[in-house]
Amino acid sequence: MADGQVAELLLRRLEASDGGLDSAELAAELGMEHQAVVGAVKSLQALGEVIEAELRSTKHWELTAEGEEIAREGSHEARVFRSIPPEGLAQSELMRLPSGKVGFSKAMSNKWIRVDKSAADGPRVFRVVDSMEDEVQRRLQLVRGGQAEKLGEKERSELRKRKLLAEVTLKTYWVSKGSAFSTSISKQETELSPEMISSGHLHPLLKVRSQFRQIFLEMGFTEMPTDNFIESSFWNFDALFQPQQHPARDQHDTFFLRDPAEALQLPMDYVQRVKRTHSQGGYGSQGYKYNWKLDEARKNLLRTHTTSASARALYRLAQKKPFTPVKYFSIDRVFRNETLDATHLAEFHQIEGVVADHGLTLGHLMGVLREFFTKLGITQLRFKPAYNPYTEPSMEVFSYHQGLKKWVEVGNSGVFRPEMLLPMGLPENVSVIAWGLSLERPTMIKYGINNIRELVGHKVNLQMVYDSPLCRLDAEPRPPPTQEAA
Amino acid sequence: MPTVSVKRDLLFQALGRTYTDEEFDELCFEFGLELDEITSEKEIISKEQGNVKAAGASDVVLYKIDVPANRYDLLCLEGLVRGLQVFKERIKAPVYKRVMPDGKIQKLIITEETAKIRPFAVAAVLRNIKFTKDRYDSFIELQEKLHQNICRKRALVAIGTHDLDTLSGPFTYTAKRPSDIKFKPLNKTKEYTACELMNIYKTDNHLKHYLHIIENKPLYPVIYDSNGVVLSMPPIINGDHSRITVNTRNIFIECTGTDFTKAKIVLDIIVTMFSEYCENQFTVEAAEVVFPNGKSHTFPELAYRKEMVRADLINKKVGIRETPENLAKLLTRMYLKSEVIGDGNQIEIEIPPTRADIIHACDIVEDAAIAYGYNNIQMTLPKTYTIANQCSQEDIADKLGVDISATKAVHISNPKTAEFQVARTTLLPGLLKTIAANRKMPLPLKLFEISDIVIKDSNTDVGAKNYRHLCAVYYNKNPGFEIIHGLLDRIMQLLDVPPGEDKGGYVIKASEGPAFFPGRCAEIFARGQSVGKLGVLHPDVITKFELTMPCSSLEINVGPFL
Repeated sequence: MADGQVAELLLRRLEASDGGLDSAELAAELGMEHQAVVGAVKSLQALGEVIEAELRSTKHWELTAEGEEIAREGSHEARVFRSIPPEGLAQSELMRLPSGKVGFSKAMSNKWIRVDKSAADGPRVFRVVDSMEDEVQRRLQLVRGGQAEKLGEKERSELRKRKLLAEVTLKTYWVSKGSAFSTSISKQETELSPEMISSGHLHPLLKVRSQFRQIFLEMGFTEMPTDNFIESSFWNFDALFQPQQHPARDQHDTFFLRDPAEALQLPMDYVQRVKRTHSQGGYGSQGYKYNWKLDEARKNLLRTHTTSASARALYRLAQKKPFTPVKYFSIDRVFRNETLDATHLAEFHQIEGVVADHGLTLGHLMGVLREFFTKLGITQLRFKPAYNPYTEPSMEVFSYHQGLKKWVEVGNSGVFRPEMLLPMGLPENVSVIAWGLSLERPTMIKYGINNIRELVGHKVNLQMVYDSPLCRLDAEPRPPPTQEAA
Repeated sequence: MPTVSVKRDLLFQALGRTYTDEEFDELCFEFGLELDEITSEKEIISKEQGNVKAAGASDVVLYKIDVPANRYDLLCLEGLVRGLQVFKERIKAPVYKRVMPDGKIQKLIITEETAKIRPFAVAAVLRNIKFTKDRYDSFIELQEKLHQNICRKRALVAIGTHDLDTLSGPFTYTAKRPSDIKFKPLNKTKEYTACELMNIYKTDNHLKHYLHIIENKPLYPVIYDSNGVVLSMPPIINGDHSRITVNTRNIFIECTGTDFTKAKIVLDIIVTMFSEYCENQFTVEAAEVVFPNGKSHTFPELAYRKEMVRADLINKKVGIRETPENLAKLLTRMYLKSEVIGDGNQIEIEIPPTRADIIHACDIVEDAAIAYGYNNIQMTLPKTYTIANQCSQEDIADKLGVDISATKAVHISNPKTAEFQVARTTLLPGLLKTIAANRKMPLPLKLFEISDIVIKDSNTDVGAKNYRHLCAVYYNKNPGFEIIHGLLDRIMQLLDVPPGEDKGGYVIKASEGPAFFPGRCAEIFARGQSVGKLGVLHPDVITKFELTMPCSSLEINVGPFL
């Protein structure tokens, strides 16, 4: 039983008692170790005036282990006596008995037995008396029963010499109510040790994550709900105008679910518009001209990007009339069926920012990215044309890495395709710009970590967690990892 | 993103000038390509198989260039060069022409048996082509790149190219029982039935990946010429009889597939890329395909489409102010021949058959921006005025009426590792594994994690739902139940949840749990509902995680408090 519970019991007993109670007696009553009660007393004492505890020391006799055995099974000499049959026993055989050696001499001096040395096959032991009184056992049983005082001083010291008895000093507490006695003490708080609150360490990912959140919030972005790791293919791919034969929708790239294998509900009239846009085009698009299948869209998966959550948020936005401009962000976990190595895991965190407004341009996207990355301490940016299935134009964001002496990719961005936005019901002149990056990459660079497995997952190096400093993204990073970022 | 590997010197020769690696890298960046690696055959082999094997290999410098996944027209040297030369205004984009043959048109007749397995086929002829070793290699490599990308590993489309002079049309595309198909396949010396071939290719590192496409079908697709010669058994292998070589002059190309649109695109790409080497440059001989319904179509389509985009739309989308004339010039550099028409604000853009990726005006806008130069665009801040909000996840609390314990874990159908089979329903194992991996650290270890777990829930649209959990463990020489209990009290204090049974308060009640030591487990009730458990872990649990010290833990759903 833990200290807290014992302390509670003690307080209740104390309340019911008149005057006070003895810790040893309480332990005996509760059937627990005295030490546990002492622990509770001490923890209550530390609270101040709840209880008063007076230390008392009492001496008493206790049996040793051998003494216990004798009290139970009889003295060695008695055991020797009992093992001798009326026709006698060879001495050599007697000596082999467990109590033989010790018990033989005692039984001899008690004149319970005799030895006939003239017997034919060596010395033989015979009983002298028909019965005997095992005085040693009786005395030890008295002590065990707590009646040691009934024995004379001489008897006790004889038993002590035989190492059957020992004198023990017991320190007990006489516990009485203190001036601030209460049974409903707020003892829980007292168990909060100061180091528990003050010496914690946050995982570097959490530190970097809160910095990113801070940046988004400073820039007026609202956090999107992303609390669904499980997503339907529809929201993860189809809604983003990612065709059903796209390689990202392959088993090799995405984790599909066996249970629950399919999404139960989809917004069917929106689904129809998405289907038409994929298979026939519309909204100014040629479409992909293939046979779009609802079954494929229903397939559940572990979301491969948080853009699925952005799609849901934009769809909700489109249902609100009239349109109001928004700035959204999210930082959450995504899952990809990747080949695992030092820089790739099957799950990682994606940071995503989205702005929806009338007449947004590519220049606006670049302007927002510049502000965002400046807050990260990254000022040298350039943009490379790229291809993403759901953004057009698309641009990869590169920054010049002082340590690596080269341009490295720091994010991906673009303007969401009209084929994604218009079926949702957003007005035609509304553009949505978006960008994304991983949380792990900047964290690894920031904290000089080379292997992602040391950062994420249960193989995390706690020493690294303990040692990692506060995250200030705009401060000079440590020397970067040697490998090229993925 | 597909990677195309080209010989540097060949590339520079075709571009008509040389570049330093940095200059070429810069050009790629501007155009939306990425010079991924500079290497040589020798280096590749020595990296993969060791120096010994690489001894005789060529050390001609190779550029490995990453190409955007939708630009099928840049998947070979010919296309890359053409794209870059037009971009740099060194050449005008060639016009691809389909012509009727002087003699009889090549015919491919599709029978209805193909309907259930691979219903579509298209065909074309490249007449009087002149290969060299490099051109031939590029031709083969392009087919492979197309197979891996747009053809989705031959599932959607498979390409067969044949020496037309060894065959005699008309050709028949049909489907037959595997045992009834018998021919000498590419690179084999004797004839096999289709059944035998499927067995042989099970151990072929290249072909085994395609067998599943037709393996369990009753009929296999096959193409014959008028003499019963097998051209190919798509999507697996071609016949040896019609194999092409460096010396082949006339090529019959067939593409079969399950996606008609993609089959047409693939055919267009092959013929536009390699008609460059025909006697009549950029001219392709038509072939006629007769469908089971009796209708016949002529391929390749080589369709040029006209799109009309207003100049101010492009300016508005990109955030620039260019004249319509300049925009038309920019687009022309992107292989999209454009001119200003009408009121002087309209730009008419011609989409060539090589640019199947242009499906919307936004694709045209992007090309204008690329030609303008992304890095020349003026950065501006949008005037979007918004108030920031953090996500509170309020809705979680309302829906917590469901009994979490009655729900189940979510299972992944294609797990990669044993540790990744279900989405986790509890955070505790992760923390225990973390301790196991950090046993060398000084005691006590006090860890926490706040993360989402996933539970099946048929009330949501996808049938599963996240819950935000908090889990903490204390690992030391003593179980430290009081530490964990103290932590709970502290958490509740911070969440402003008072102790007590009243509505709004929290209590713990003795409970049991398989992970906990009997008598050392309590259930936590807050605001009238069970939110989790705390206690001392069962020794069995501790030893199963290869731990050696007592451990207490706490795991609660923090949803109700957010």
